[in-house]
Amino acid sequence: MNSIVCLKEVPDTETRIEVRGGKVVEEGIQYVVNPYDEFALEEALKWQEQLGGSVRLVCLGPERARESVLKGLAMGADEVYHLSDPAFLGGDAFATAKALAAAITKLGGYDAIFCGKQGVDEDNAAVGIMLAELLDLPHVSVVTRLEIAADGTSARAEREIEGGREVVETPLPAVITAQKGLNEPRYPSFRGIRQARTKPYTLWGPGDVGLDASAVGAAGAKLQVVEVVPPPERPAGRVIPGEPADAAKEVVRLLRQEAKVI
Amino acid sequence: MGNNVLIVAEQRGGVLKKVSFELLGVGARLAARLGGQVEAALLGSGAGGLAGTLGQYGAAKVYLADDPALGTYSSEGYANTLAALIRQAEPGIVLVGATALGKDLAPRLAAKLGVGLASDCTGFDLEGGRLLVTRPIFAGKALAKVKLVGDPQVATVRPNVQPVPEPDPGKSAVVEAVPTPTGTVRARVTEVVAAGAGEIDVAEATVIVSGGRGVGGPEGFAPVSSLAKVLGAAVGASRAAVDAGWIDHGHQVGQTGKTVTPNLYIACGISGAIQHLAGMKTSKVIVAVNKDPEAPIFKVANYGIVADLFVVVPLLEKEFRALLAE
Repeated sequence: MNSIVCLKEVPDTETRIEVRGGKVVEEGIQYVVNPYDEFALEEALKWQEQLGGSVRLVCLGPERARESVLKGLAMGADEVYHLSDPAFLGGDAFATAKALAAAITKLGGYDAIFCGKQGVDEDNAAVGIMLAELLDLPHVSVVTRLEIAADGTSARAEREIEGGREVVETPLPAVITAQKGLNEPRYPSFRGIRQARTKPYTLWGPGDVGLDASAVGAAGAKLQVVEVVPPPERPAGRVIPGEPADAAKEVVRLLRQEAKVI
Repeated sequence: MGNNVLIVAEQRGGVLKKVSFELLGVGARLAARLGGQVEAALLGSGAGGLAGTLGQYGAAKVYLADDPALGTYSSEGYANTLAALIRQAEPGIVLVGATALGKDLAPRLAAKLGVGLASDCTGFDLEGGRLLVTRPIFAGKALAKVKLVGDPQVATVRPNVQPVPEPDPGKSAVVEAVPTPTGTVRARVTEVVAAGAGEIDVAEATVIVSGGRGVGGPEGFAPVSSLAKVLGAAVGASRAAVDAGWIDHGHQVGQTGKTVTPNLYIACGISGAIQHLAGMKTSKVIVAVNKDPEAPIFKVANYGIVADLFVVVPLLEKEFRALLAE
């Protein structure tokens, strides 16, 4: 059971996002491993423990992302391929999926590819599924439960849908995108953290994966950001004074007569 | 590529999802400005009867892909069929609902067509004949205005944001049966398991009653659920409540949960951490109940009550019961 896990670095969800001059201000942002990618990695490690094989990380992101990648290695991944060349950056989901597909094709020898269901920065929720299409693989997205057959050739997954869940059966290799609830990601052990820096770490540029620099990153993007603006401010709220019983009565009245939502 | 807008109608079990009508509304507005028409793709097995309804809601034409192989959704079967249809019909814009189905389908379809994708869009405009869409990023902490390079321009549309057009019983759509080259479907849905009876998903709800750290434990969700039931609302939760194991993750609202835009969001015992606010700030009306007058949730709440939720929530329930009984 050989897995490849795609991992990216994103601003911490507790970070305040500031917008200035049509762009997100990058100073002061605290970066972490994309939370959904941690579920993806944990799942790959879990199945490696049960069925053997390897877990390789592929990361597309700037040199800065090394810290997050090291966390992935400390959790237990065997090695990493980091697409850190500036040419890879600034892309949309399509350009990113294209670069990842080229890297994964070069790596070969995998039974499953695990991705987070979305990056909590751009929120496209598209890279993993596009990757499956570009590699001509089946996929199951937003997975909350996964069982892999002992022979590693098929999987049974549950995914969230409105008002319930779908059970999906797929042959492997396939792309699985992880949703919260799939598992509880482990904390890196002290030994894991020590070992992380000794594990193989390969930096790749576009040429290493057989792509032209103009086909990836911002140059290869099909989605162009014209500008980023702050969300509209909500009008200042008001606290309804009085005893709880009176306040409750007043709020319900306001919802009917003023806000007209009930 | 042409001036027409193609929307992908979504049906489950022979019932059209509301988002399909929202897509027709957006599609009609864009098509009118482009000098084209809005058309719908309807995929399923024996779903042809729904074409009439799509016509009443504005579809000039319905491409009907009727095949037993499309009776159950599959990403591959749907994407293969739609890609063939799009290559033939050549719409300039393709709109898909940002639902569990649409979010699974659209990236595969876009990659198959070799184009980009604008996900979960909340605003639609045109500039120089090209789409200019608004989409929340960082779970709504910022909004990106984006353009797509290449044709067709594919976007998914966040449900419950766009208005549903008035149906016109006098209108009907031209129905054209299209081929269904579903190809080999490898990942197959073998079972659909419904959530508990009467449970409403936060992603689809027009009213949400949410509990946070303040509910104190799994049993603390009782008054929250009870109020939700009276309002026909979904039960939501903050990350604190989910991470504590008090309620299933499917209920989580926020940056690592669901982003919601209900008409009414009632936050009970939720302080309003930045990642929670990001997921619910676009609700039309927000009510907050919290003991702490300094809680950040009050900054976004239209109406706030500073008191213990275990006192206030049952009182709200009593008032709503009385109002709804009128």
